[in-house]
Amino acid sequence: MRNLWRFISNYNALFLFVIFFLISIVLLVRNNDFQRSSTLNTSNQIVGNFYERYNNISKYLHLEVVNDSLARENALLRSKLPSAYFNDSLVSKKITDTINKVQYEYIEAEVINKSITSRNNYLTINRGSKHGIKKGMGVIGPSGVVGIVWNVSENFSSIQSILHEDTRINSSIEGTPYFGPLVWDGENSQIVTLTDIPNQLNIKPKAKVVTSGLGVIFPKGIMVGTVLKSGVKGGGSFLDISVKLSTNFYALQHVYIIKNNFAAEQLLLEAQNKEL
Amino acid sequence: MSRILLFNVLRFIILVFIQVFLLKNMVFYNLNVPFLYILFILLLPFETPNILLFTLSFLMGFSIDLFSDTLGLHAAACTVLALMRVFFISITVQKDNYDSDPEPTLGIMGFRWFFFYTLILTITHHFFLFNLEVFKFAEILNTFSRVLISSTFTVTLILITEALFYRKKQRK
Repeated sequence: MRNLWRFISNYNALFLFVIFFLISIVLLVRNNDFQRSSTLNTSNQIVGNFYERYNNISKYLHLEVVNDSLARENALLRSKLPSAYFNDSLVSKKITDTINKVQYEYIEAEVINKSITSRNNYLTINRGSKHGIKKGMGVIGPSGVVGIVWNVSENFSSIQSILHEDTRINSSIEGTPYFGPLVWDGENSQIVTLTDIPNQLNIKPKAKVVTSGLGVIFPKGIMVGTVLKSGVKGGGSFLDISVKLSTNFYALQHVYIIKNNFAAEQLLLEAQNKEL
Repeated sequence: MSRILLFNVLRFIILVFIQVFLLKNMVFYNLNVPFLYILFILLLPFETPNILLFTLSFLMGFSIDLFSDTLGLHAAACTVLALMRVFFISITVQKDNYDSDPEPTLGIMGFRWFFFYTLILTITHHFFLFNLEVFKFAEILNTFSRVLISSTFTVTLILITEALFYRKKQRK
């Protein structure tokens, strides 16, 4: 008996190990069967309480993730609103007239993107080749000229606005036969310069500037703006007339694209002249 | 004596909290988490009687189990760890040194000894922990890789922790 005690005390580590290891294994195996019903899991009162406190703190740390997911959900819901759908229906009124042929048709469009403050400005509208838009068509707003169609995709078009280095829109002072191109110097988004008007003309401020109707882009008489001041620059024979645009580009939302039904014919004819 | 007792009780509580509320959420490349809590068993004084050593190891594992819903798993691994600790210390440390070196810390035992002590004990613990958890020979290779990655993580953390406290003692 004493030998047995000595044996056990000499190798007590091993015996203790066997005892505790067996307890653990019994717990492990039993717990696998009765994990849910076990009273010693996280549903336990004390441990559950700790976890609740921990969650109260840790959920603040996850606010960013939660916000992101909510924002994503918002975006998803927004994409289901009617305003998110691309409006494909076209309200383009065409009157069938057998006596007068319709030369100009107007296609309404909405501005979906625009630049105003750059040197060369563009607008994007939600109409494209699908709706009959072609490069080079004129664009007007509710209060005046906006620009010329530049590039066309299936559903969208970009417009080179008057506020662009290369845009030249033929205009004249209302009631006079003289005409000249409008040039933007890039300084003020409200003011353009009408050039090439002969200097014998006496032009008063507030005189109306309208499109001249030359070329195939704009019909005659569409509002461009009003004269701010006029004067001869550098002793030339032409006036430089400052024109205040009637279109407020900042507020521009709806535009109309002008479709000239006779444009092809006119251009063909003019091209023939050049060939000769 | 009471100082050692107080230190160990505090260490027990702090390590359980760190393990359960912090490290459990630190997933390493979606593979594993470090198990820093075994530091408590590693740092028990040399003179701890075996019965107390095994009881405390079991309790430590059991506390972690309570929070992880794996009743008995960590307790079993910790018991193995305690046995390994007894073997390792009986082989490498002379009993006469117990009076001058009360605790197996990095500062007292030196880096080389402490590193091997930590490494061997950690791998033993993790080996049993993961194999008991998986309980399948079919996935033994995958389990080995998990053991190695997790051990690396744990050993690094233990060495860092020890280095921090080692410095503190020097300053005092």
